[in-house]
Amino acid sequence: MRVELDEPKCVASGQCVMAAPDVFDQNEDDGVAFLLTEEVAEDQLDSVREAVAICPAAAIRLLAS
Amino acid sequence: MVDTQTPEVPGYPFQRDLRCPLAPSPTAREVRERAPLSRVRLWNGSTPWLITRHADQRALLTDERVSDDDRYPGFPYVNEHRADIAGKTPRMITNTDAPEHTRLRRTVNAPFVVKRIEAMRPAIQKIVDGLIDEMLAGPNPADLLTAFALAVPSLVIADLLGVPYDDHEFFQVNSSKALDGALSAAEAGAASRALGEYLGKLLRVKMDEPDGAVLSEMGERVKNGEMTFEEASNMGVAMLIAGHETTATMISLGTLALLQHPEQLAELRESEDPKFIANAAEELLRYLTIVQTGVRRVAKADIEYNGTLIREGEGMVFELHAANWDPEAFPEPDRLDLHRSARTHQAFGYGPHQCLGQSLARLELQVVYGTLYRRIPTLRLAAPIEQLAFDHTGTTYGVRCLPVAW
Repeated sequence: MRVELDEPKCVASGQCVMAAPDVFDQNEDDGVAFLLTEEVAEDQLDSVREAVAICPAAAIRLLAS
Repeated sequence: MVDTQTPEVPGYPFQRDLRCPLAPSPTAREVRERAPLSRVRLWNGSTPWLITRHADQRALLTDERVSDDDRYPGFPYVNEHRADIAGKTPRMITNTDAPEHTRLRRTVNAPFVVKRIEAMRPAIQKIVDGLIDEMLAGPNPADLLTAFALAVPSLVIADLLGVPYDDHEFFQVNSSKALDGALSAAEAGAASRALGEYLGKLLRVKMDEPDGAVLSEMGERVKNGEMTFEEASNMGVAMLIAGHETTATMISLGTLALLQHPEQLAELRESEDPKFIANAAEELLRYLTIVQTGVRRVAKADIEYNGTLIREGEGMVFELHAANWDPEAFPEPDRLDLHRSARTHQAFGYGPHQCLGQSLARLELQVVYGTLYRRIPTLRLAAPIEQLAFDHTGTTYGVRCLPVAW
């Protein structure tokens, strides 16, 4: 599976970093999220699904790679 | 204007049932079960839409046609004061939409970046332990609110902003007064102004002698032209006000809820699993949902939603407690269950305006819930729950005093 982040929509709540710190991180100066990896490993799927569910800006999508 | 005359349009905010002081109003459940979208009557007789279901709130609060811009005449203002100042206040993260909102929010997010907040954990642990030491050395019984709950966020925010240690007492006393509903408006206003003046002065000091804390950082942004001096000092006050009473209430009501569920309290007290403690904090946030005036928005275009037409200019109120007790999202919602998956709760709101300080609030609650009951295992209520006075009138629900003994 592949994860996609719609950066212009990101409001920097950091929810994705809390849910899946191996996949998402935040810029220090504005808090905007960025991806550490686009490919989501099997054992990261649950945490990325949680990130998708809790992102307040609905800016994260999980896609079949 | 037929709606305003129809008796079945309930007044909002809803009244709680005093016999169940921790549950949402029974009216919230009734209207949620009846229809996804309904109408409520506000203080000024207007009848905006009310959205109560979890899934509908998620869909509409992320819809670009749903606006937080309070200059629209149909905006469902919380009270007369908010209606009066609408359009006269500076453009802020609390009254703008994307793309302006996105730009503004990105200038104030830095202090709340998750890893930076997480690095505050040892400092917050020290504050919490110190306050518990003080409470244990003081009178027993005590009011948990004044002896502990209000002091935690005050000291944490002082730390975050970079308020010098010697000024902590001034900071704590005035921030408590500024939010004390029992004081007169004049007294509370004086405390609030004293804090504003203090933070303005401190911001100037930090611009000359930066220390790496948040006020210094905002001072740098002022120097770079990213923010005005006024925006930076207002933001300092806003961080204090927004994070103070809310966190204190989650500490006091959270403790009350746990004391009503002794078996779950015992499990929390004995747990050394940070994941379980974090989950407990999420469940308490869901269960208590202390914001009682709803999230307010206005439609800036016609919105066809599941067969209902929300017209341009109509107000929308999102009732958060109803959504957090929606059985479609949280089975048996009236059951406090520290093990349930509660992470999708909307206690911090939802959509691009979701609480800016939520990462800090979560950390404070995790430290408090993971420490207070372990340090004071005999903690108990020192008055029957029926005698407690709850605050039904503010933006956040709360208990005015929580007598505890140990």
